[in-house]
Amino acid sequence: MEVLDILLTASFWAAAVRIASPLIFATLGELICERAGVLNLGIEGIMVIGAFAGWMAVYLGAGLWAGVLVAMLAGMLFGLLHATLTVPFGLSQHVVGLGVTLLATASASFAYRISLPEVTSPPKITPFQPFAIPYLSEIPLIGPAFFAQTPLTYLAFALIAVVAFTLYRTPLGLALRAAGENPASVEAQGLSVTAIRMGAVIVGSGLMAVGGAFLTMSAFSSFFFEMVNGRGWICIALVVFGAWRPGKAALGALLFAAFDALQVRLQQTPMGAVVPYQVFLMVPYVLSILALILMSRRAEVPAALMVPFNKGER
Amino acid sequence: MRLEPIANPTALRRFGLPATALALTVLVASLLALLAGANPFATLGLILKGAAGSKFALLETLSRATPLIFTGLAVAVAFRAKLWNIGAEAQLYAGAIVTVLLGTGALPLPSALLLPVIALAAMLAGALVLLGPVLLKTRLGVDEVVTTLLFNFIMLLFVSYLLEGPMKDPMGMGWPKSPALEKAARLPRIVDGLRLHWGFALAILAAIAVWVIQTRTTLGYETRAVGLNAEAARFAGIPVGRVMVKTALLSGGLAALAGFSEVAGLKGNLTLDLSPGFGYTGIIVAMLALLNPLGVVLSALFVAGVFVGADSMSRAAGVPTYIADILTATALLTMVLALRLTRARIRWR
Repeated sequence: MEVLDILLTASFWAAAVRIASPLIFATLGELICERAGVLNLGIEGIMVIGAFAGWMAVYLGAGLWAGVLVAMLAGMLFGLLHATLTVPFGLSQHVVGLGVTLLATASASFAYRISLPEVTSPPKITPFQPFAIPYLSEIPLIGPAFFAQTPLTYLAFALIAVVAFTLYRTPLGLALRAAGENPASVEAQGLSVTAIRMGAVIVGSGLMAVGGAFLTMSAFSSFFFEMVNGRGWICIALVVFGAWRPGKAALGALLFAAFDALQVRLQQTPMGAVVPYQVFLMVPYVLSILALILMSRRAEVPAALMVPFNKGER
Repeated sequence: MRLEPIANPTALRRFGLPATALALTVLVASLLALLAGANPFATLGLILKGAAGSKFALLETLSRATPLIFTGLAVAVAFRAKLWNIGAEAQLYAGAIVTVLLGTGALPLPSALLLPVIALAAMLAGALVLLGPVLLKTRLGVDEVVTTLLFNFIMLLFVSYLLEGPMKDPMGMGWPKSPALEKAARLPRIVDGLRLHWGFALAILAAIAVWVIQTRTTLGYETRAVGLNAEAARFAGIPVGRVMVKTALLSGGLAALAGFSEVAGLKGNLTLDLSPGFGYTGIIVAMLALLNPLGVVLSALFVAGVFVGADSMSRAAGVPTYIADILTATALLTMVLALRLTRARIRWR
């Protein structure tokens, strides 16, 4: 019964959409990489560097949107590193991805420590404020959930359409998908698989970093070391859950976020007094594993995912 | 550009490129020191001194290398079969939980019997933790990278629950920690008064055992065959699924020994910060060793030296300890690239 009560409050749905936003950015980023044939396990670290870089830029006096841009560029830089090692050099995507995650996470911690050596509690910035869209935000339940969010959330939802349109309705999207399914066919068209894959990883990493920046610049207002806390890995599960389709993956992110918002609220009910809080905190990770199991039977994995392409080799 | 394989790399290539990778890592270290406003040469010197400059420093490095040898072996064993076990952290904690469970008075045995029983039970627990993701992989085709990664988070929350609930030390003044192990369940120190304990010797033994398994047994041969080409192995009659499961049991067991050795040898109880990411660092250790079990010992010593040296340097020179994480990650990425380039040359057309 408590569950039903929670489901009928506007604040619950608003929280779900808010929690989903960073996941949507990062999931779309990962999806672009994987659709081009590259598994990007750098995602977790790239989200951390995005969260740090965006926040730091604003803390040093940049505007909020400039901060988002800085986060994106920082993510793209690590994307470039990942892409260079995995695409032309064809190194193991598992090893490079984990290496990039470690490097990016440690770089953020190192940079934080040398730029703020004395602070004990992380300084705050003024984050993005919610912007209520006139009329739409007055619709009961849906209004506050979808139309009274911060601009970054609107951007996340707009990106779902942009990514889906680009992937399925433009020559670029076709080439990108072909690079992930049958790279030789791309080469036969006179296009460069290397260029397409590298571009996809760099752009995808930029999006992951914006997802990280959402945490420090919209959801919270400071940077903590552990703040990404496995969200990147969850996004990788969401890409599988969404069968490598932007719309489905975003829907998965929203569903996932709803469960996450629900577990937070259930902790405050009589049920929360009986069940240890750690069980609630496990919910997101357990759900991700369940999602993977559910989708395993009908996974439509890009055929050339994790297969390096070396021109002239068969 | 494209890569053209080289059949017989020259000695210059085989030794020069890894040396270049190492030089690049040192260069990155110097740049980071400059960024932090410290003298690069002094910083590097302090890291070296902190890692191996005295008997105390050296033993500290050996002590820090102990869990890394275990997790490095766990990763090396699994990666050799292309089983991407990124969950050594969770398996380590499973081993630690069992060590506390059996080592706090549950078994009235003498030390010589108790320690092996605990170690085996810990290995079993670690193996079981990895069994889930592996069965999901072999039966349903669920990617084990993500499941093992996510298990790390679930396990840490489980440990947190144990330490605040059923396994909480009643004398712990409210801190989330387990009761201390009884004396019989503690691994003795090798040198009295210093932190090095017999877990280190166990780690060396484990490395030798894994080397024997990989080079002298059927399982070792099958593991390599599955790792090189699972389809071909299946065609040759190797039961790929079963080999995967056996490899996983070994890998999970080895990672759990890291937890056993840290609790029984060093800490004496279980806390939430038992492992500062030993499971993840094990991946770097294994890759730097090219998945060779004896090489794991050397690379664990190197990585442990970087961490211990950076800790001591940080206290003296004020460069943040995170420099160690950046350096090990840099060493990993430059080394895999260097090794790739020993076997291929770049053609720019």
